[in-house]
Amino acid sequence: MQTDVLTGGFSNPAVQSATGFRAALSALARPGRIEEIAGAQAPSPVSDAAATLLLVLCDPETPIHLAGACDTPEIREWIAFHIGAPIVAPEGAHFALGTWSALGPHHRFAIGTPEYPDRAATLIVETEALEPGGARLSGPGIEDSARLCLPDTDLFQANRALFPLGLDFFFTCGTRLAGLPRSTYVEAI
Amino acid sequence: MSDYNFAYLDEQTKRMIRRAILKGVAIPGYQVPFASREMPMPYGWGTGGVQVTAACLTPDDQLKVIDQGADDTTNAVSIRKFFEKTAEVATTEHTSEATVIQTRHRIPEEPLGEDQILVYQVPIPEPLRFLEPRETETRKMHSLEEYGLMHVKLYEDIARHGHIATAYAYPVRVEGRYVMDPSPIPKFDNPKMEMAAIQLFGAGREQRIYAIPPYTQVVSLDFEDHPFEASKADHPCALCGAEDSYLDEVIVDDAGGRMFVCSDTDYCAGRRAGQAA
Repeated sequence: MQTDVLTGGFSNPAVQSATGFRAALSALARPGRIEEIAGAQAPSPVSDAAATLLLVLCDPETPIHLAGACDTPEIREWIAFHIGAPIVAPEGAHFALGTWSALGPHHRFAIGTPEYPDRAATLIVETEALEPGGARLSGPGIEDSARLCLPDTDLFQANRALFPLGLDFFFTCGTRLAGLPRSTYVEAI
Repeated sequence: MSDYNFAYLDEQTKRMIRRAILKGVAIPGYQVPFASREMPMPYGWGTGGVQVTAACLTPDDQLKVIDQGADDTTNAVSIRKFFEKTAEVATTEHTSEATVIQTRHRIPEEPLGEDQILVYQVPIPEPLRFLEPRETETRKMHSLEEYGLMHVKLYEDIARHGHIATAYAYPVRVEGRYVMDPSPIPKFDNPKMEMAAIQLFGAGREQRIYAIPPYTQVVSLDFEDHPFEASKADHPCALCGAEDSYLDEVIVDDAGGRMFVCSDTDYCAGRRAGQAA
């Protein structure tokens, strides 16, 4: 966490984005696995994991939606300086950042089209705790089943029912990162 | 550091490729369009695979590159040298030591583990392309899950030859949804695609990236009365004696002499080293 909008970026962008991407790839390809990702610091309340993920994946071509407490002038300026992405409403966002409740209602985000299901939003969800435990996950990337504490189950089940359309999620907490692609089946326990 | 940005591509290009890879992982088997760049090698020499590898590499990686299973052929050697120069990454010929493996037309014989990434070079990513040349139509066929034409093609194989004659680039269905071209790997390799490693596919000229996450269901298309069969030449390897590996047929003289040897050179060399010890 820091306050100066000009600091908090990568000191070695090529290498730090590469290692950050590998953490994101591993998290999304293996739902339930928790990865460490760090290197960037954005103004409060954005976690280091979320700030790093934004630097790894976003640029002027990817409109971002900031939800709730994440929509502050400092964070907008930090994104303008380090990323250059336009800040937009949920409907036009490629990426969104916020807590689970602030991001809702989630049906406002793009879920892709039948011809282009990749044109769907990726939601970066800031969480209080990120632990293995909670909902049971199965599907691509999971050998048998995995566990991850999720803020909801009904919505993820409805999201899976849209497959191959749907939203993709990253969950961040401090420097920890987990992924939940649209292909994962979620079961409450 | 050399005069290249790490792993050759500029950062914005890598971000664009990385976003495409993540969407590919989220939608297994779906071909994600991406803005493929010109690379310092001709199309058809693995520009798609090279771009995916460049977007994935970190300085800690051990890179292995194979061409038809071999580490020592022109394409493999030149791509390995390319990344030695532009990413200063360590390279290896041993499957078990590699963290990233770029491959042309084979899957290594040795099973891959959790922390490995297999990057395929893909010439034609669209499995329906030879049946329907129009991109607008094949895109609609994928969106409607309209794959009857592919089964007709396999049926025509049976009607003409008595069995499914497709021996490589054998179409698969991923997670019960998308029909996918596994790149021109021999159908012997198809069952290996349900693996613990992440599989990424890059088609440079055709500008598509697709992916299969670990443990994803990959089913080769077939019929109840003509089930899929992973076939290979009915010989042992002439060098190491392996009966379970995919073989290349090598012509050894002008009199029609031939031998069958493992296509996976690392696997063959490892077995021979084990026998000598």
